[in-house]
Amino acid sequence: MEIKEKLEKLLTEQFPGTSFEITEFRDEVTLKFNRSVVVPVCEFLKNNSELEYNQCVDVTAIDWAKKKNRFTVVYHLFSIKNKNRLRVSCDLEEHEPHINTVSSVWKSANWYERETWDMYGIKFDGHPDLRRMYMSEEFEYHPLRKEYPLMGIPGDQPLPKK
Amino acid sequence: MERLTKDDVHPSIVKALLDQETNVTFEDALENEMILNMGPQHPATHGVLRVLLRLDGETVVAAVPELGYLHRGYEKMAENMSYYEYLPHTDRLDYIAPPANNTAFSLAVEKLYGIEAPPRAQWIRMIMSELSRMTSHLVAIGALAMDVGALTVFLWALREREKILNTYDIICGARFTTSYTRIGGVAADMPDEAVRMIKEFLDQFDDKLEEMENMLNTNRIFVERLEGVGVMSREDAISLGATGPTLRGSGVEHDIRRASPYMYYDQVDFNIPVYNEGDSLARYFVRVDELRESVKIIYQCLDRMPKGDIMANSPKKVLPRKTEIYTKMEELIHDFMIINFGVKPPVGEVYHSVENPKGELGFYIVSKGEGHPWKMKIKSPSFSNLQTLGHLVKGHMISDVVAIIGSIDPVMGEADK
Amino acid sequence: MGLEAKLQNEGFITSTIDALVGWARESSVWPMPMGISCCAIEMMATAGPKYDISRFGSEVMRFTPRQCDVMLVAGTVTYKMAHVVRKIYDQMPDPKWVIAMGVCTSTGGMYRSYPVVQGIDNFLPVDIYLAGCPPRPDNLLHALMKIQEKIKNTKAREFQDIPLLEPVKINGN
Repeated sequence: MEIKEKLEKLLTEQFPGTSFEITEFRDEVTLKFNRSVVVPVCEFLKNNSELEYNQCVDVTAIDWAKKKNRFTVVYHLFSIKNKNRLRVSCDLEEHEPHINTVSSVWKSANWYERETWDMYGIKFDGHPDLRRMYMSEEFEYHPLRKEYPLMGIPGDQPLPKK
Repeated sequence: MERLTKDDVHPSIVKALLDQETNVTFEDALENEMILNMGPQHPATHGVLRVLLRLDGETVVAAVPELGYLHRGYEKMAENMSYYEYLPHTDRLDYIAPPANNTAFSLAVEKLYGIEAPPRAQWIRMIMSELSRMTSHLVAIGALAMDVGALTVFLWALREREKILNTYDIICGARFTTSYTRIGGVAADMPDEAVRMIKEFLDQFDDKLEEMENMLNTNRIFVERLEGVGVMSREDAISLGATGPTLRGSGVEHDIRRASPYMYYDQVDFNIPVYNEGDSLARYFVRVDELRESVKIIYQCLDRMPKGDIMANSPKKVLPRKTEIYTKMEELIHDFMIINFGVKPPVGEVYHSVENPKGELGFYIVSKGEGHPWKMKIKSPSFSNLQTLGHLVKGHMISDVVAIIGSIDPVMGEADK
Repeated sequence: MGLEAKLQNEGFITSTIDALVGWARESSVWPMPMGISCCAIEMMATAGPKYDISRFGSEVMRFTPRQCDVMLVAGTVTYKMAHVVRKIYDQMPDPKWVIAMGVCTSTGGMYRSYPVVQGIDNFLPVDIYLAGCPPRPDNLLHALMKIQEKIKNTKAREFQDIPLLEPVKINGN
């Protein structure tokens, strides 16, 4: 059975009342849904014996630079048994974007979510250790947001004295 | 040795290190547990990795890796330049295996554009990817041996690597950062001279590898410092996101070349080495076996490589040849448009990953139909593998930390991006 | 035609202290391998069997700054790393020299982006800027020879806080 139909069937059975948007581009399936159900859906994707997406390969976000639904959080999943991939995404609003953490589902999401927090300032509620990944803790901005300039803001990071 | 003061460690890192109420102190090391700072300038951390270790005597209780000392803003830069401009930057991600990164990026962009490189270019790319896998594993084995005290093998490995770099020099004019592939093909055809050099290298390589193996596998110090050190179970490896040799050393038979074949990996015959022990020695053995498999793959590629074009025939998306730009009007216009405004791909998002020497290297590109990506995310294998470090070193001695870092072989260029 | 031959004829040689110290210093420059990124791999290749940096008396790579004469900053220096580099430079004993290996160390190079320091001369004195991304090992050897030349020509006095002696005037002359 085609992966797209299979997902649609299984998810509507398990989560009646929640709307799922499944799209396909260049043979890659993207699953989109409301951010409130991210943990139960991810648990289902991992534990369902037909899907078994047991590895979280990557977590990132996209800044669309628009007023409504400014951010999208993207999860890349991989099933080692079935050898297929799935992209899961949720839209977030501009003001104080936050979403529940999936690091309880996949341990590997821990660092990926920290990286997303560092780069985009998206809070992951319930994350065990939400620190910055790359930038120093004193740094005030989130560099991958579109309003942050490529060359940085002069003086935002200190240099040692000559 | 300088004493670590409270100002040297940020309070949030200390908080992460002390997951429970403990009496760690910065003043008296003998009475209590203590915190040891390792890196970012340390000979065995393979670059600028910093690890903070919480110690009870000499035993590691907890470890917190601290990254970002080589964060160069790759993803931000990608949003500000065209796809063609970005290609040289991929060299410097995993800087021990540049051609493999070039190939990964080109394949991802080709998937977005909807074009495919001609067969000869694909076979050349496969040869280059496997050669770079060999350079990477040679450096990994040599550096691991050096970390546990065997300097000779490091020099032998570098000698073999130097021969591969000489071949790169003939193929693309650069010995290290090659930038060899182009979107839709490769920059220049592989000359017969290079084919001869590769064959010559492969013919003598087996003996040299055996020499290295004889040196290490029968060496009690080497074996005993790695055996049973840094054990990771199959379940942990999957859930912690380990990839590449680190994953295969833990008994998971997963290789993207086999799972979702790209280029012509489905047409060549090779094995995926898997070891079930999950310790540092197993990861070393995976690398040695992969070196042999790479030799096998390159022999097959050289035999089956057809003659023909090296760039795809798609004038609006692929850079024209330099000689044609100078003589033909149409090619000049295409070149001007591609260089100045970039190629406009369709709106959409793609993720393409390849099996790099370190593991799964993926490029996630979001396109809004402009000449530059709206967003590009690099899924780097070293970053994923480093995440297992805190788990692996628990309960081992300080000196084992060095061996474990060597066995997971991180490259900070791609871990920090 | 070695030293022995010369000594046999005349029994002694004359030189200045500066020349003697400079000659001794230039042939055993111990590098501090500040390997940060890609250039560090080429630095390793320079130390490897093919290029063999020990021909120039610099094979003793010490990872503690206290024993080093010249710092090889090999790789992109970010703002976060800059503090570490400076700290290590401060720990090196005088006299000390710095080679900025590669363009991103010298000027920021291809990294026109927020975390990268646009040239380490923003916070360090640099003696040699080495072009290339990364420079080939031969280039690094060339840089090493240049710095040996520089070391040879420095006066031993320049690195000590001893004031120059005033020329003494003798009455009547």
